[in-house]
Amino acid sequence: MRTFFNSLFPSSASNLAPKVDHIYFALLALCGAVAFLVCVVALYFCIRYRRGAKVDRTPPKTSEIPFEVTWTAIPFVIFLGLFFWAAEVFFGMSRPPANATDIYVVGKQWMWKVQHPDGRREINELHVPVGQPVRLIMSSQDVIHDFFVPAFRNKQDVVPGRYTMEWFTPTKTGRFHLFCSQYCGTDHSLMVGGIDVMEPADYARWLAQQPAPNSLAAEGERAFHMRGCSGCHSLNSTIHAPLLDGIYGKRVPLSDGTFVTADEQYIRDSILLPNKQIAAGFAPVMPTYQGQISEEELNAIIAYLKSLGAAEPNSVRSER
Amino acid sequence: MITQAPPQPEPPLTSHQSPLTYLNVRHTIRSWLLTTDHKRIALLYMVSITLFFFIGGAAATLMRLELLTPQGDLVTSETYNKLFTIHGVVMVWFFLIPSIPTVLGNFLLPMMLGARDVAFPKLNLASWYLFMAGGAFAVFSIITGGVDTGWTFYTPYSSTYANGHVIAMAAGIFIAGFGSIATGLNFIVTTHKMRAPGMTWSRLPLFVWSLYTTSIILVLATPVLAMVLTLMALERAFGVGIFNPALGGDPLLFQHLFWFYSHPAVYIMILPGMGVVSELIPCFARKKIFGYHFVAYASVAIGVLGFLVWGHHMFVSSQSIYAGMIFSVLSFMVAIPSAIKVFNWTATLYKGSIWFATPMLYALGFIGLFTIGGLTGLFLASLAVDVHVHDTYFVIAHFHYIMVGGMVMAYLGGLHFWWPKISGRMYPEGLAKFSAFTIFAGFNLTFFPQFILGYLGMPRRYRVYAPEFQVLNVMSSAGASILAVGYLLPLAYLLWSWKYGKVAGPNPWRATGLEWTTASPPPKDNFQTTPIVTEGPYDYDAQAAEEEWEHAHA
Repeated sequence: MRTFFNSLFPSSASNLAPKVDHIYFALLALCGAVAFLVCVVALYFCIRYRRGAKVDRTPPKTSEIPFEVTWTAIPFVIFLGLFFWAAEVFFGMSRPPANATDIYVVGKQWMWKVQHPDGRREINELHVPVGQPVRLIMSSQDVIHDFFVPAFRNKQDVVPGRYTMEWFTPTKTGRFHLFCSQYCGTDHSLMVGGIDVMEPADYARWLAQQPAPNSLAAEGERAFHMRGCSGCHSLNSTIHAPLLDGIYGKRVPLSDGTFVTADEQYIRDSILLPNKQIAAGFAPVMPTYQGQISEEELNAIIAYLKSLGAAEPNSVRSER
Repeated sequence: MITQAPPQPEPPLTSHQSPLTYLNVRHTIRSWLLTTDHKRIALLYMVSITLFFFIGGAAATLMRLELLTPQGDLVTSETYNKLFTIHGVVMVWFFLIPSIPTVLGNFLLPMMLGARDVAFPKLNLASWYLFMAGGAFAVFSIITGGVDTGWTFYTPYSSTYANGHVIAMAAGIFIAGFGSIATGLNFIVTTHKMRAPGMTWSRLPLFVWSLYTTSIILVLATPVLAMVLTLMALERAFGVGIFNPALGGDPLLFQHLFWFYSHPAVYIMILPGMGVVSELIPCFARKKIFGYHFVAYASVAIGVLGFLVWGHHMFVSSQSIYAGMIFSVLSFMVAIPSAIKVFNWTATLYKGSIWFATPMLYALGFIGLFTIGGLTGLFLASLAVDVHVHDTYFVIAHFHYIMVGGMVMAYLGGLHFWWPKISGRMYPEGLAKFSAFTIFAGFNLTFFPQFILGYLGMPRRYRVYAPEFQVLNVMSSAGASILAVGYLLPLAYLLWSWKYGKVAGPNPWRATGLEWTTASPPPKDNFQTTPIVTEGPYDYDAQAAEEEWEHAHA
């Protein structure tokens, strides 16, 4: 019986899964009842009033209006209730907890590349400890992909040119399917992998077995110097460029008088499309890195800039 | 419906002189290809879309064969991707969208209004030529190597990375779209200007209401499709950066424009079916339709709200979550008029005298399948649930319940209902009932397992899939083979009945409606004298029908 149920229903392995399943079951019950009711009533009328049956067929004199109002108003109220319930859960899907681990994911035809904060990389695999919230910061190198883990009831398109985000807290250990669910070309159906959710002890053992590279932030720091970013964005630079210590999460004033929160997307755009948003008080002199820098390197630089903010809140920023 | 001109009696059958009808008025191929008679144009469309239906069906057959096993061992990935693109493009633009409007709509709209033809008969013929020219482009791109973008043409895949004749395929859809716009325009003007004396808006058959709403959507939405396909082609051919972020474009802009057309297009594909069912139920229940005005205005409400819900295709696309919420609540609202229709059809059965002829079986099948299709739409409108089932087989099952369970059932129901009018002959009733049941059974076996597959997490457009999904996929493929038999049977017996069927007479169903007051097949100009309408549609009397039937069977 249990295996039969498992063949009809996906395993539930994240904090989101039970919430989605509750709405799903409520919808199943409601829609099942309505479909059943419509079929039973229609069948009853069909049998009772079939041609040749000896029954009363005097045309009913009742007004249509009360019926129409009833079957308009009741669905309206139920639908509003369903909307708010599902919207509330959906809203939660876009609000990761503050202690979530940031993991970068890059989609490309036809594989998933994963960058852990400690610098480890995986392809088509993601190892995470159970119970620890994870925030995926995702970008695509080519076309639109979609990071879909059925057991987590979560999915998000991975769109070229922008970061998208998906978060979950795994609640069950095991290996779960990872599918690309946005059609991305020839081997779309082979762009699959697995999420390994491990007990913290097993996870620590797994970590110990891997070669320990530099952290992602350290990698980003190296790129920050090699790419020449530090030539301008530093205290002893002769070029008037903003200092980037503690930039992440700040509200940055722009030359057009508006403000923008310096999130991953802003930093990305500043590197690839430097003239899109110009920080107030600076000349638009930064060259673009569009086409010269890989998604992984971008992620590393962003991780580096984020680490600066965490380490030493900078006083220079507050002047502006 | 009371008219001044009583039905024209058919000449006695013993006569060797057969009456002059739209079919035998002239026989040359030229007289068919240059006809401006709406009835002949309807038949031109019928032949063309049947051809396209079987092209799309062949692609689906190969896909279902491939999906029998999880390994993907029948065709290559490239071929599979081309197959589902062919299936989607052909079925959406070259079968479903034209199906009821251009075949039954063209044939019936002028007759239901009491007119001799549509407002612009030459434009009507031009629509068919545009449709065929578009179809030629589509077939060209299929024969010369195919397209692997899926029917949705998402950028930047379609504009930058895809293989094949994407531009030729898009050009085909672009050209056929102008045929749709012209048909829509023609129907709108016809409904406004060509109604017989006394045919007020409240006396219009509900089929006309639904065609009218459909026509407005065709005219307003199709140009947006033309624009978005043009922009995509410009990016693909000349590298103009519109959708590809590497060229400074925005891939989501494509999705917004595409679904701004393609969501209303869903209603282009279902409203005419609802119109057909609204004709069938009163006729075979011998009852006035319950809540005429509510059913009519529900069509209009669906048409209007249908323009405001496109973003529900984009809940996980990285569209703003607040936009997602607005699209979600509006998507729930658009379900209400559909529910109103289902309840009114069901209520019409109450105290009727129900006759289970083949068209009625299709109509009842439509109600059941459309109800399931509509209710599963609520799952997709619910934001958090949609995140899980978006782009899975759940969505595939949902829209096939609407498009195939709904629209194709309605089209076949309507085709059987008006077949005596179109051909002058009856189809074989026993065989027709058998095929209606076959289609119903085959359809459910094909698509119900896909709901379960979808919630389990099987993504759409997968050639290779996880082994635990196999049992449900085998069920689905088995159902598809039954469905195929169900679709081939009507093709065979309707063709047979064209020559050998029982002669139908002007009104074999004893139905109301102006189209039944003239001969079958109708004369070239539909009516000998212009009818004058004095009552609303669906003037049926269950008690009288019952007495009549008892009298006949006494």
